[in-house]
Amino acid sequence: MSDFSDFQWTAANAAKAEEILGRYPSSREASAIMPLLWLAQYQMREQTGIAWLPLPVIEFVAAQIGMPKIRALEVASFYTMYNLQPVGRFHVQVCGTTPCMLRGSDDILRACADKGLRKGEITNDGAFTLTEVECLGVCANAPMCQVNDDTYEDLTYDSMTRILDALLAGEAPAPGSQIGRQASCPEGGPTTLTAMAHAG
Amino acid sequence: MLADSDRIFTNLYGFQPWGIDAAMQRGDWVETKALMAMGQDAIIDAIKASGLRGRGGAGFPTGMKWSFMPKEPKPGRPSFLVINADESEPGSCKDREIIRHDPHKLVEGALIAGYAMRARAAYIYIRGEYIREAETLFAAVAQAYEKGFLGLNACGSGYDFDVFVHRGAGAYICGEETAMLESLEGKKGQPRLKPPFPAGAGLYGCPTTVNNVESIAVGPTILRRGAEWFASFGRPNNLGTKLFQISGHVNRPCVVEEAMSISFRDLIETHCGGIRGGWDNLLAVIPGGSSVPLVPAHEIADAPMDFDGLKELKSGLGTAAVIVMDKSTDIVRAIARLSYFYKHESCGQCTPCREGTGWMWRVMQRLVTGDAEPHEIDLLLEVTTQVEGHTICALGDAAAWPIQGLIRHFRPEIEKRIAKRQGFVAVPHTAMAAE
Repeated sequence: MSDFSDFQWTAANAAKAEEILGRYPSSREASAIMPLLWLAQYQMREQTGIAWLPLPVIEFVAAQIGMPKIRALEVASFYTMYNLQPVGRFHVQVCGTTPCMLRGSDDILRACADKGLRKGEITNDGAFTLTEVECLGVCANAPMCQVNDDTYEDLTYDSMTRILDALLAGEAPAPGSQIGRQASCPEGGPTTLTAMAHAG
Repeated sequence: MLADSDRIFTNLYGFQPWGIDAAMQRGDWVETKALMAMGQDAIIDAIKASGLRGRGGAGFPTGMKWSFMPKEPKPGRPSFLVINADESEPGSCKDREIIRHDPHKLVEGALIAGYAMRARAAYIYIRGEYIREAETLFAAVAQAYEKGFLGLNACGSGYDFDVFVHRGAGAYICGEETAMLESLEGKKGQPRLKPPFPAGAGLYGCPTTVNNVESIAVGPTILRRGAEWFASFGRPNNLGTKLFQISGHVNRPCVVEEAMSISFRDLIETHCGGIRGGWDNLLAVIPGGSSVPLVPAHEIADAPMDFDGLKELKSGLGTAAVIVMDKSTDIVRAIARLSYFYKHESCGQCTPCREGTGWMWRVMQRLVTGDAEPHEIDLLLEVTTQVEGHTICALGDAAAWPIQGLIRHFRPEIEKRIAKRQGFVAVPHTAMAAE
């Protein structure tokens, strides 16, 4: 699969694509473009280790739903999470929007820089791409970053450094709060729903 | 403080499993058929009587919105419910907690709301970055189908209703309701001109109502406990309970359900351990997500956190995403970063927004360092009014308001930086406001 022009669904994903098409009314197949692009990007990650959408893959998806290629590319290029260029095995997306900025996202970006990560670039070993992203909706656990499918929250310079080291060493650092908080519950324990906390 | 027995989101922090059996233990999906047997108009009347206003930011009365849908859908032209889970407003992080810890409140709410507005199906549009949350939501919907709560004869009610999950892929603008419909139809998420409004011609040209996750998720509990119960919290016109999301410079940031109209001071003292460095260290608050203007410390400290109370302060409740800034904050940079956000997220359809957001951000960048002329403050203010109100959707307004709030309340700070820069005096990058 050199230029990806022979891209085909795996058997499992072919079935998944059928299921996706079933979510939308007949004659409204265009609605499936986004989930099918997602599926293709995930399959690329499975098969090549890199989550991205080369042009022939986008064209394959377009053909499946009878959409003009340019319309499919229009969608793929409008939404930032479809990667039209390869990214590292770990796509490190650090939120830099104001709620994270107030809690120290500058330190998190500095931790990435000190590990050799540069915004918009793949590191030489192919491990990391760093992107400063806009608000990821984890503001009560700021600062945070997303690496591939998981979020790392309540970060500091040191914990971010540890996470990058662990990823590079092939470990799977535990996602979520890095200071032991339960989700977005106040640090130190809940001020509400205390009975639930104890029952749980 | 709101009693735990009066909380709707009893698994907000995920101390218990999110799955359907645990959810039923907590009271979800219990006698849903009986709720539906109230009848469609009675459900809408109850939601109206509860005083529930939309939780996505605009605060439009939810029951009234539902009542705009056709009473008898025409053959071949079904009605749709679209649920906005594209939570992307900086500061907002409540729908995430509902979806990953209490998803069955949302899924059951989708059935109840969809039934009340006579919709054929609901699409839940969840932001692309909520990857694990989407996994939970897909699984929760599948559980509801397995139990017979969705699909043909949902909950044994005789009503057929489907719920589908649709993932976005990283575009803030898709939180605007008509951009969301475009996106669902497989296009770029660019807002539509209104009218026609979605209730007349929405998804696939069919009657559609778009509601926020929280608005939908509170529906079943309101029906079970009664409109009067919900209306017993908060001030008139600002009723009910609400998920507040407190970020920034408090000792313990969190998401918490509280009664509407709780004072800012109460909210912060009760749940967040106070302001970092004490109340004298409070500089300003963005009380409703990045789109609303900031409010200086002395104005907000004892203000009621509700639609009317914050409107009086020339700001807004928005999504109740409360961004707290203490005196260590570089307030100009904090707002400039929001200007960057809006520049990044402009869909490019309307010229005032496409060009204006970039222009405003570039000027804001220079105001951070004071590399500007004093008259440019008024010029910037003037440009914000050229963007505001001159675009198809509210993103242009949202980009303008934070800057207007900054200039309204912190103009001397901006002027001081310009003066220092022009006097070739070094300006410390942080701690400006603490002087």
